[in-house]
Amino acid sequence: MKLPRWFHRFGSPPWVYGLAGALGPWIGGIAIVLIAAGTFGGLVLAPPDYLQGDSFRIIYIHVPSAYVSMMAYVILAVAAAIGFIWRLKLAHAAAVSIAPIGASFTFLALATGAIWGKPTWGTFWQWTDPRIMFELLLLFLYLGYMALRAAFEDRDKADRVSAILGVVGVVNVPIIHYSVIWWNSLHQGPTISRLDGPTITTDMLVPLLVMILGFTFFFFWLLLSRLQGEIVEREQATRWLRELVEESPG
Amino acid sequence: MTPTRRRRLLLIGVVLAGVVVSAVLALRAFQLNLQYFFSPTQVAEGEVGDARAFRLGGMVLEDSVERAEGSLTVNFIVTDYLHSVPVSYTGVLPDLFQEGKGVVTLGRMDPSGHFVAEEVLAKHDENYMPPEVAEALEQAREREQL
Repeated sequence: MKLPRWFHRFGSPPWVYGLAGALGPWIGGIAIVLIAAGTFGGLVLAPPDYLQGDSFRIIYIHVPSAYVSMMAYVILAVAAAIGFIWRLKLAHAAAVSIAPIGASFTFLALATGAIWGKPTWGTFWQWTDPRIMFELLLLFLYLGYMALRAAFEDRDKADRVSAILGVVGVVNVPIIHYSVIWWNSLHQGPTISRLDGPTITTDMLVPLLVMILGFTFFFFWLLLSRLQGEIVEREQATRWLRELVEESPG
Repeated sequence: MTPTRRRRLLLIGVVLAGVVVSAVLALRAFQLNLQYFFSPTQVAEGEVGDARAFRLGGMVLEDSVERAEGSLTVNFIVTDYLHSVPVSYTGVLPDLFQEGKGVVTLGRMDPSGHFVAEEVLAKHDENYMPPEVAEALEQAREREQL
């Protein structure tokens, strides 16, 4: 298998550092606009739910957070696999950058779910609910990946070993998604990704989709910024970075 | 792809496949333990076994909720429209507890086949709509029944 020439630039730290710096503000700007629009739509334009009233509006944070927490893990696993197979340091750097962001969104999904659970179900937390259990496992996978890395002094070794944990943990992502279908759970079944179409009216659905897209851009904004930091950390001793620092004013 | 890379690809593929197989086996083995609740049909078919306390989930049968005078005791029937179980509970019900809506109760069966609940949670379904839409649906349903 021969890779096209342009692809090899993704293995070059200075090029990726520059790309991340150039794309970051644009992606961040789009994220801010989308989240502002989605927040207005969700809190002001969308009608209250017939059963839950206004407390359903936490969906506009909860669902995007949960979505990003799983999407981030899939990207982490793919990056870790690429890093493991091609010994590509930048792929490991991307996986490392994702872990704390993914953990934060997972925490946000769990916390907003608990806040919503009290007025809706009558309980903050149920240990035996499969959806809650496997989403909590996702948080532990992120934290475990970070803890495992911290256990190694040698960065290359940390990259290789943690990549395996990162890759195998991806098994949990489909389990989270299907947990409400495979087992009886307190958490309700899917509202949007259904074969017979979403079971939410359009005026409530549109702000939700805007928020999901906004959170996705927000995630990539954070990722690019963290990736830049990770590259600086890993390339401290290189000439391009020293030159970049000397060139910059101040 | 160089032979080393192919070897690494194979290695990670085999490890991932192994974890997938073990996950599937483990989840199948714990199938029953992963159920958050049992439906009235599962209870009728004896799937609960000798478990003393378990969760019973289903719909609150329409017109089945009876409140005892002067106490917090409430009786209702949990059904999956195939089988039903009568439930009694003393305590505060969640706001979203309603007839015709989902409910999950934790408790135990007494010898007469009556479920005595210690905890009642409302199980929200996946439908979201504004009140006007819900009203219109309700009216349409009534018209159909006439």
